[in-house]
Amino acid sequence: MTTTAEAEVAEKPKRFNVNLGALIMEGRALVALIIIIAIFALMNDNYLSSGNLATIAKDVAFNAIIALGMLLVILKGGIDLSVGSTVGLTGAVAGNMFQGVSLPLTDAVMYPSLWVIVVIAVAVGMLVGWINGMLISRLNLAPFIVTLGMLYVGRGLTQVLLGGTNITNELRGQEGLNNEGLFAIFASYPLGVPISAWVMIALAVIFSIILTRTPFGRWLYATGSNERAAELSGVPVKRVKTRVYIFTGMCAGMVGILQIANIRSSTADLGSLYELNAIAAVVIGGAALSGGRGTVRGTIIGAFVIGFLTNGLVIVGVSPFWQTVITGAVIILAVAMDQIQQIVQRRRADARAVAQARRESQKHDDADAAHEPSDTQKVH
Amino acid sequence: MVTADSDAKSEARGTEQAGEVVLRAVNIAKTYGVTRALKGVNFEVRSGEVTVLFGENGAGKSTLMKILSGVERPTAGHLELDGEVIQLATTTDAVERGISIIHQELNLNPNLKVRDNIFLGRELMSVRGIDYVEQSRITREVMDRLEEPISPDTYVQDLRVGQQQIVEIARALSTDARILIMDEPTSALSTTEVHVLFKIIRELKRQNVAIVYISHHLEEAIEIADRAVVFRDGELVAKEDAANIDLSWVVRTMVGREADYDFRDEPREYGDVVLSIQDVSVYDPVSEKFPVNHVSLDVREGEIVCLYGLMGAGRTELMETLAGRDKVAGGRIMLDGQDMARRNVSERIQRGMGLVPEDRQRDGLIQLQSVGKNLSLAGLSRWVRNGLLQRGAENQRVKEQIADIGVKTAGPQAPITSLSGGNAQKVVIGKMLLTDPRVVLLDEPTRGVDVGAKGEIFSLIFKQARKGLAVLYVTSDVGEALTASHRIVVMSRGHLVTEFDPREATREDVMAAAEDSTPELLSAEAPGAHATNGAEG
Repeated sequence: MTTTAEAEVAEKPKRFNVNLGALIMEGRALVALIIIIAIFALMNDNYLSSGNLATIAKDVAFNAIIALGMLLVILKGGIDLSVGSTVGLTGAVAGNMFQGVSLPLTDAVMYPSLWVIVVIAVAVGMLVGWINGMLISRLNLAPFIVTLGMLYVGRGLTQVLLGGTNITNELRGQEGLNNEGLFAIFASYPLGVPISAWVMIALAVIFSIILTRTPFGRWLYATGSNERAAELSGVPVKRVKTRVYIFTGMCAGMVGILQIANIRSSTADLGSLYELNAIAAVVIGGAALSGGRGTVRGTIIGAFVIGFLTNGLVIVGVSPFWQTVITGAVIILAVAMDQIQQIVQRRRADARAVAQARRESQKHDDADAAHEPSDTQKVH
Repeated sequence: MVTADSDAKSEARGTEQAGEVVLRAVNIAKTYGVTRALKGVNFEVRSGEVTVLFGENGAGKSTLMKILSGVERPTAGHLELDGEVIQLATTTDAVERGISIIHQELNLNPNLKVRDNIFLGRELMSVRGIDYVEQSRITREVMDRLEEPISPDTYVQDLRVGQQQIVEIARALSTDARILIMDEPTSALSTTEVHVLFKIIRELKRQNVAIVYISHHLEEAIEIADRAVVFRDGELVAKEDAANIDLSWVVRTMVGREADYDFRDEPREYGDVVLSIQDVSVYDPVSEKFPVNHVSLDVREGEIVCLYGLMGAGRTELMETLAGRDKVAGGRIMLDGQDMARRNVSERIQRGMGLVPEDRQRDGLIQLQSVGKNLSLAGLSRWVRNGLLQRGAENQRVKEQIADIGVKTAGPQAPITSLSGGNAQKVVIGKMLLTDPRVVLLDEPTRGVDVGAKGEIFSLIFKQARKGLAVLYVTSDVGEALTASHRIVVMSRGHLVTEFDPREATREDVMAAAEDSTPELLSAEAPGAHATNGAEG
């Protein structure tokens, strides 16, 4: 049924590739989002004010950017627990560079310019991802273990770099050192929308193109669904596996920069638990943790569900302890709804089939009622 | 569970008359969505007899077996056990009533001992925990009944596939199964092991066990059958005593027309050598043996070379090495004069050599993707411009390919899981053909594929060969080797032992060549002796 419908859709060249199954999955997250917004909007007039929406947008964007990277890893059938500490690490690396880098063997102190700092910070994130990816793809280590280890390593290095203090004032930069403007650029609101939201939008567009329009995207879905078959079809499986971790590292690096600009400080606990929020967003968005299924659109909606929920609970004054409980429950509920929906659909299909079988056997009985007293009736 | 009181039960069973109907399916219908898998089937199983189910893929055999074994519930109709209406809610229900199924894929835990596998999920408990002594005793008892000396303390991973199958049967018997359903029990067995299995089946018949048997190996199935039942399109179309049937009757009834068994492609002038395997050996670090031992072979443009051999002869290892999955230990793999031995899978595909793997589900299909995306996966690079996929061109070519190779599907967007075995296999082959190969490596391309689709797959291969494609093709079906190839090469214990011209060779010649190897070779060189080596010479 679905297949014919989809086949027809595919007949005409369309700008958006509508996948019915995926739409239903995301529909679920979308419904949850609408319900959440409706409830909190009724409870608090401030909820949908432009000021609050900007706050939400910013928080959502941080999570969504990480979640986009996480989506790629999860599509591959992996997981990256190290992204949160990579955010902290890149923030600390950037902060240190604002303080100035003393060159060894000389007394000279080097102050990289703002854009150099940004590029290096993101590159550090990508390097962490590359190490994860190489360990996972070349040595065949379990992604969970490798990235769990990297979570500790990253957090530890962050603390080493910060040496027990926060870097705050130096982030402002100094005149003449060419490193001013972190806040002016990375905490700005072009067209009234926070810059992080723009970054999120840009990344969402780029990632959807990567996933749907490039061989890499196709390879990624194939690898996540059946790695052996993908390999035998000539997919460079190891390269695909390494690359997804580099992508998450890159996303983490971007958030690292955006966050230190946003909170105007580089702190040791920056990015804690980001990995879990990102995984939640991806899963709420309909992706399968076993790999091979998931979309950018779903992930973004998932991030919005979490963002609107968290903010709403704060704004209506739910105690922080209960906020955590409710957020957790909603994540479980969202995923459970998917299963329940499938069970209901299957039951309905069964019921329809039974009804049809009855109608047919009725017809059958009418046709040769004389010959064959139905065995079914005999035994009842 | 064969305790004193179940001994009484088995005696009671002894009084049961052979040939009595024990299980009856009445007007069973099953619908999945809009697909009607079974349309009101009446079917009975008799004690002490082997009822063989014939039918092409998708004819409804497996669905009926799932219903009989409690895996699925019928949409309409009911089951009667000993004349009593029963409801099977779960497989446990079925097992408790004495109905056991042995699936095509073995469901054993290789890391556990034989006795622990047999009692998995229903461990015998004593006050001190699991009663291993009693479990071992019963296991030994069942093995005696099967006349198979497999020790209860052996780890399943140390058994050959054929012996593992026996453990499955033992597990079913230990639950006091009166009805035993076997779904493709011989697909992984060597000829010798099939004989052992048949001996066991005959023994079980004497003990009045009713057996339902499904197999694509028609001749084998005919040999063991007491009754034959043929399914077509969800209906039971024929019931017949085994005495009255032969191969052509079965094929005719299954297909619903006179089957076109004439696959032969006439030999002709072949072109240049495309693939030249020169003195190739493969080392398996696990068994510390050489599953492929100094093999040399040339395949020319337009030539179909069939590599015949038993399970464990090293055929799959050779194919996977040619494809680039396994490393060569020595020798050269020349493709159009270039050595491929150091190239990886995707480089070999780009240069024109791709594998259609033996295990379609595990190695061939991307289950979560559509028919179209499966087809285009290996050849994606040809639709890339400026780093982006030209999806229009891709879709166009995929549609042409679907029509060209005759895949029956709703369209490129249909999920790959909606296809039958034969059509899915065509997709896997079609995927490789879309890479414009010079040579394709086909490993058991017709495994688990029904007769009709088999013919279609052969004509597809013939068509490509006529266009100049070189084909290296592995099979363990002699009939296929004789009809579908231009040259038969027999592989045994890692060596190529001899060559045949299919127009002159007989079945017996080819089979004898494959079985022929000295026992000394067996211990010294047999590959994968722990699990896959089937041939006992």
